[in-house]
Amino acid sequence: MYDTGKIITGLIVFLCLITFPLWYDAFTGKAATKPEPKIITKEKQCVEATPYMRDSHMKLLIQWRDRVVREKMYSYKGSDGKNYTMSLTKTCLNCHSNKQQFCDQCHNYVGVTPTCWNCHIIPEEKS
Amino acid sequence: MTFIMSIMLPFIIILFLLLLVLGVVSYTHLENVFGIFIPYLALAIFLMGFLYRILSWAKSPVPFRITTVCGQEKSLDWIKANRLESPFTTLDVIKRLALEVLLFRSLFRNTNTELNEGPKLIHWSAKWLWLAGLTFHWSFFIILTRHLRFFTEPVPFAIQFIDKLDNLFEIGVPALYLTDALIVAAITHLFLRRVLVPKIRYVSLPADYFPLFLLFCIIGSGMFMRHIYKVDLIKVKELALSLISFRPALPEGIGVLFYVHLFFVCLLIAYFPFSKLMHLGGVFLSPTRNLANNNRSKRHINPWNYPVKVHTYEEYEDEFREKMKAAEIPVDKE
Ligand code: HEC
Ligand code: HEC
Ligand code: HEC
Ligand code: HEM
Repeated sequence: MYDTGKIITGLIVFLCLITFPLWYDAFTGKAATKPEPKIITKEKQCVEATPYMRDSHMKLLIQWRDRVVREKMYSYKGSDGKNYTMSLTKTCLNCHSNKQQFCDQCHNYVGVTPTCWNCHIIPEEKS
Repeated sequence: MTFIMSIMLPFIIILFLLLLVLGVVSYTHLENVFGIFIPYLALAIFLMGFLYRILSWAKSPVPFRITTVCGQEKSLDWIKANRLESPFTTLDVIKRLALEVLLFRSLFRNTNTELNEGPKLIHWSAKWLWLAGLTFHWSFFIILTRHLRFFTEPVPFAIQFIDKLDNLFEIGVPALYLTDALIVAAITHLFLRRVLVPKIRYVSLPADYFPLFLLFCIIGSGMFMRHIYKVDLIKVKELALSLISFRPALPEGIGVLFYVHLFFVCLLIAYFPFSKLMHLGGVFLSPTRNLANNNRSKRHINPWNYPVKVHTYEEYEDEFREKMKAAEIPVDKE
């Protein structure tokens, strides 16, 4: 082999870079953590089925916003037939009145920071 | 190979693989294979293949400096040298190579030759390939970096910052990443260029279209599951973390689209070492780029030189002196 020193150094740097998550997680020791959103409401059911909520609640929220802001519709009929007022603070955060223990749990985990709270009010935290 | 063959062959292979993963994940319970086994296998193939390619390149000797230069070489003190275009020391080489890798400097000099009516031959500067290439590579790199949010817990600040910066304009929810828009534009350009420009179509092979289609599928499935058909990101991250901590555990019900995305990513990285994509490592090992142009000031000895067996005239004469004398051929030594 020629220029062994340089090439091996290069390869080691490359390997260190692509294995970054490995040693990062080994260092923080948090690879096994999972978010645990706490449900504190007495209700049994969310607005829609739970798997759908888990994947697509942001799409639902945006649909709500568009309906309220653009079409002046305020009432949403869930798939279980119940009527809900389409409101982020008054509906979602009424049942899930523990934003930090609920919404933020998941959001911190996947590193999303919804900007909604720049304008929308977070009700007093309950737990 | 005809154009139709070159483009249809990879297309059919990709289509087959797409149907394969869709069918298998939807109708059987082999998620383990696509979620755990194939990713590990692909990673192993990538690492070993990559090392093998680099080491085998490293074994080829480069006896003479064959730097391609476009500037004055360092010579006498009063001649102004261009150290960037004609690097003289290792530091110069590092600077030049860094600019090449980060900004594609040599591609920036790309020209196009056209025969117009007249007949008139013109060479003009062609920057589109450079622009699309650079946009593609930087977007790809930023997307990969952003993906680290699935592989790190807690997500480092720097990665969240890049994420924020990338959806600065908050177009829609979830926001459209700028790099996603850019990479789609760039890769579309790179693809159309091959299909529409006759000269490039002529030199394009299945090995050129295959990675393009693969990337289309990866980017397409990724954007599709972000914006249209959501998957459960919490479970995706659980899977990712379990994979890299070598305690693989597959959460149920991630969503089939994720397996499509992951499968095509695995194909890409397993295909990587055996394809033109190896230019990732190759660019650092190209002798025209990574050598200092110091042929005149340093002696570079060919490593495969062996001692040549010579028979000098003196030896020849010693051997045949008597015969030469007999034939009356003049000799140096009596
Ligand atoms: C009537 C009360 C109620 C309202 C209003 C409500 N939720 Fe829920 N939500 C629940 C309950 C109860 C559950 C747990 C269901 C279960 O365990 O299957 C839940 C579950 C969820 C989950 C899944 C949590 C998990 O553990 O995976 C999400 C996400 C969610 N809700 C978001 C929202 C959003 C966003 C809104 C506003 C659009 C909203 N919810 C409105 C009661 C409510
Ligand atoms: C720039 C400020 C701003 C931001 C950021 C913002 N909103 Fe709003 N939103 C409003 C205003 C103003 C209304 C109209 C309130 C009304 O008509 O009563 C509204 C209405 C809504 C409504 C229906 C009415 C209600 O009471 O909730 C929903 C749902 C909603 N927004 C969701 C969201 C979501 C989800 C986000 C984050 C992705 C978000 N908004 C971010 C300003 C904002
Ligand atoms: C089960 C975990 C979970 C819970 C609980 C949860 N979210 Fe989310 N949320 C997510 C994930 C994951 C995303 C990111 C989706 C993506 O990037 O495709 C997200 C994204 C969002 C977004 C879009 C943000 C963006 O910039 O993309 C909004 C708005 C949002 N969530 C609102 C809420 C609200 C309000 C609550 C509490 C009532 C809540 N979520 C609870 C998992 C959760
Ligand atoms: C070559 C490697 C990869 C490329 C080029 C790639 C590309 C993309 C692109 C372009 C998107 C669209 C959204 C965005 O830009 O974030 C995306 C989304 C996504 N990718 Fe990848 N990806 C790669 C590897 C992976 C791997 C290994 C995983 C497994 C954890 C993964 C999981 C996801 C998920 C879950 C999404 C959806 C994100 C969301 O909804 O916000 N990707 N990918």
